[in-house]
Amino acid sequence: MEKRKSIIASIIAIAAFVIGAFSNAHSQSSAGASPNEEIRPFKFHAAQTDLNDLHRRIMATKWPEKETVNDQTQGVPLATMKALAKYWATSYDWRKVEARMNAYPNFITNIDGLDIHFIHVRSKHPNALPLIVTHGWPGSIIEQMKIIGPLTDPTAYGGKAGDAFDVVIPSIPGYGFSGKPTTTGWDPGHIARAWVTLMNRLGYKKFLASGGDWGGLITDLMSVQSPDNLLGMHTNFPIAVPTELDNGAFTGAPAPAGLSDEEKKAYDQLSFSYKHVYYAFFMGTRPQSLLATADSPVGLATIFLDHDQPSLALISRIFTTGKSEGLTRDDILDNVTLCWLTNTAVSGYRIYWENKYGFFSPKGVRIPVVVSAFPNELYQVPRNWAEKAYPQMIYYKKHDTGGHFAAWEQPELLVDDIRQGFKSLRQ
Amino acid sequence: MKQAAKAPGRKEVSKESIRTFNNVTVPQAELDDMKRRIAATRFPEKETVNDTSQGVPLATVEAIAHYWGTSYDWRKVETKLNAYPNYITEIDGLDIHFIHVRSKNKNALPIIITHGWPGSIIHQLKLIEPLTIPAAHGGTAADAFDVVIPSIPGYGFSGKPITNGWGPERIARAWVILMKRLGYKKFLAQGGDWGAIITEIMAAQSPNDVLGIHTNMAGAVPPEIDAAAFSGAPAPSGLSAEELEAYERLSFTYKNVYYAYYMGSRPQTLVGLTDSPVGLAVFMMDFEPRYRALISRTFSGIPEGITRDDFLDNATLFWLTNTAVSAARLYWENKVPFFRPKGITIPVAVSVFPDELYEPPRNWAAHAYPNLIYYNKVCKGGHFANWEQPALFTEELRKAFRSLRKQAE
Repeated sequence: MEKRKSIIASIIAIAAFVIGAFSNAHSQSSAGASPNEEIRPFKFHAAQTDLNDLHRRIMATKWPEKETVNDQTQGVPLATMKALAKYWATSYDWRKVEARMNAYPNFITNIDGLDIHFIHVRSKHPNALPLIVTHGWPGSIIEQMKIIGPLTDPTAYGGKAGDAFDVVIPSIPGYGFSGKPTTTGWDPGHIARAWVTLMNRLGYKKFLASGGDWGGLITDLMSVQSPDNLLGMHTNFPIAVPTELDNGAFTGAPAPAGLSDEEKKAYDQLSFSYKHVYYAFFMGTRPQSLLATADSPVGLATIFLDHDQPSLALISRIFTTGKSEGLTRDDILDNVTLCWLTNTAVSGYRIYWENKYGFFSPKGVRIPVVVSAFPNELYQVPRNWAEKAYPQMIYYKKHDTGGHFAAWEQPELLVDDIRQGFKSLRQ
Repeated sequence: MKQAAKAPGRKEVSKESIRTFNNVTVPQAELDDMKRRIAATRFPEKETVNDTSQGVPLATVEAIAHYWGTSYDWRKVETKLNAYPNYITEIDGLDIHFIHVRSKNKNALPIIITHGWPGSIIHQLKLIEPLTIPAAHGGTAADAFDVVIPSIPGYGFSGKPITNGWGPERIARAWVILMKRLGYKKFLAQGGDWGAIITEIMAAQSPNDVLGIHTNMAGAVPPEIDAAAFSGAPAPSGLSAEELEAYERLSFTYKNVYYAYYMGSRPQTLVGLTDSPVGLAVFMMDFEPRYRALISRTFSGIPEGITRDDFLDNATLFWLTNTAVSAARLYWENKVPFFRPKGITIPVAVSVFPDELYEPPRNWAAHAYPNLIYYNKVCKGGHFANWEQPALFTEELRKAFRSLRKQAE
């Protein structure tokens, strides 16, 4: 009797261990999975010494002099950075977002020799559609946290049960809690293939994908590479500029004749954007030489703020007035601090070096596409450009507000587009 | 930075007075802080390649940081600097720093020599004695120069502009004012990098004041060829072998100088460079491949024209004067194409060093400079030729201007 009890106890203990080794929200069993495909739960706890070191560095920041203009034409104004540094050093609390992040189910799994981190939340509603949402630069999973609840638990967020999604939010290689590649080859095409592997590993043979910035490119590439796996995609970073117009905008040529007002506006926006993204070309050629941003937190934060002019204007206002505008000061610092604590500044830039794809010219997507056109994105895509780039565009929404970090600044608008856009695929 | 008490060069303490600027003594606390920061550098992971195609390799960075943090001594170059006559004078609302050494030889020709980026007056120190005391340095008294070595606004010990407008044209005008204030009615000018652009603009703006110029980074690319190279187009047809080589090098340069476009659009965003000494040094080192390879060799113990101390003297000066961003701002101010002819009619001397960004063929130089008085392809040296190869460079300047001395007699 004792022996049987102890055997049963052992079995129960082993079973408990096996089940406990995977989150409750996870149904994937370890039985039959090779060690390489194991999915390990993950929580992050920053060492207090790291937080203290960060604080010390911010306080010891050595500042340049003020810019010689009274606008943002030379980069991030000194006053903005000083306001940011003051808040970061005196009021900001990393533990808040750390607790929020850890409250979600986080995991790590090894794909192609690299640890990939992701959040995975299954909806409690039946017929939830699986959706993988990818961030960009300067971004992280933190950008997507605001949409997890509305997408997976729609009835608690003004939606219907029929609009539920399972959500997977990965960290790009070299970002956040994902591994940093030690060899070349982790370009957006490779990442796209890895994401299909990830979704399959989670039990989703067919699924949806969404993204912006690098996440937008990765999403487009997934759709082109694996049309049989992708039910459809959503983008807030439409890769839809006719090639000859893209070339013209890149060289700074004036808009060609024959464009509609809407097209000309988009062309001018793109032209302007190209003149403000030399960081991208620098990162694309010399990522290792931006070492200063691995050593200086305020240096890192400054580069993060200066992604594009409308985002800088927005974030500058938020820090100098203290008032939120979709984004809060904490939001912005959550993202920078995550990058700082994981020392992923340079590994994050390396995707620019790896990338060989044009950012804006169409990639040949054929599957159903939902397009969100935000006005302060690098360019606001006209419907006809989007239709041409995405022949099976099933939904297009032109917004009046919102910019590059749509999920972060305007989560309700983005969620609405995703819900409405994918409705037709649910039948 | 501590300055000596102001001693007016003239009886009246006017805005135009020339104040001595000796006994630069950086507070020990600043040097200690720098060393502390170097020791506390947080490094990224190693590059994912085994070459320099992603930037300065981590191993090189660590070698630099190690030497800088443990062996490097700023006081050595500080002493050297203080041994020269340094001055500050206000021009056009801004303090301009310069070294001024008069030769003892009569008929010495005055020459103003301008540095570039990532450079400073430190690059020119090795030239001072060979140019002003030629007999002691393999030359004759007839080859003597008076030497003026200024710091560009926003660099080194010069003031940092607080309003915009200090582009190379304004700097060129200030340099003419400076030389006249020093008593030189007519003078020569020399430069590389920004120094070359400023020098060439001086020649174009002030043909009656400038006797002649020497450049080691000639603005001699025919405009249509420059435009093609900038746009990354394949080489135009009909180029000679020499022109084709120059075109390829220029094309390559344009694809590999994004630091310049970045500084030219968002200088204020480079706060990391004023907050991280090693970050600053790495950014400054990664200026172009041949220079980077040179510095890499220097730090792996292979002696070259530039020593580890030379490199760090320059980087440390940027750090201590907090001029990383103010120096970047010159790129933002500039509207002049780097390599195109500036419309110079006065005598021009060109030295072509093999590891410069591109080597202009003689016919390009002759076309850009109708009064080309000297053209020579030197056997060794790169972008910072005066620093790396001071003996060769001095010889170039002596030869370049001999014909003008004959005219002056």
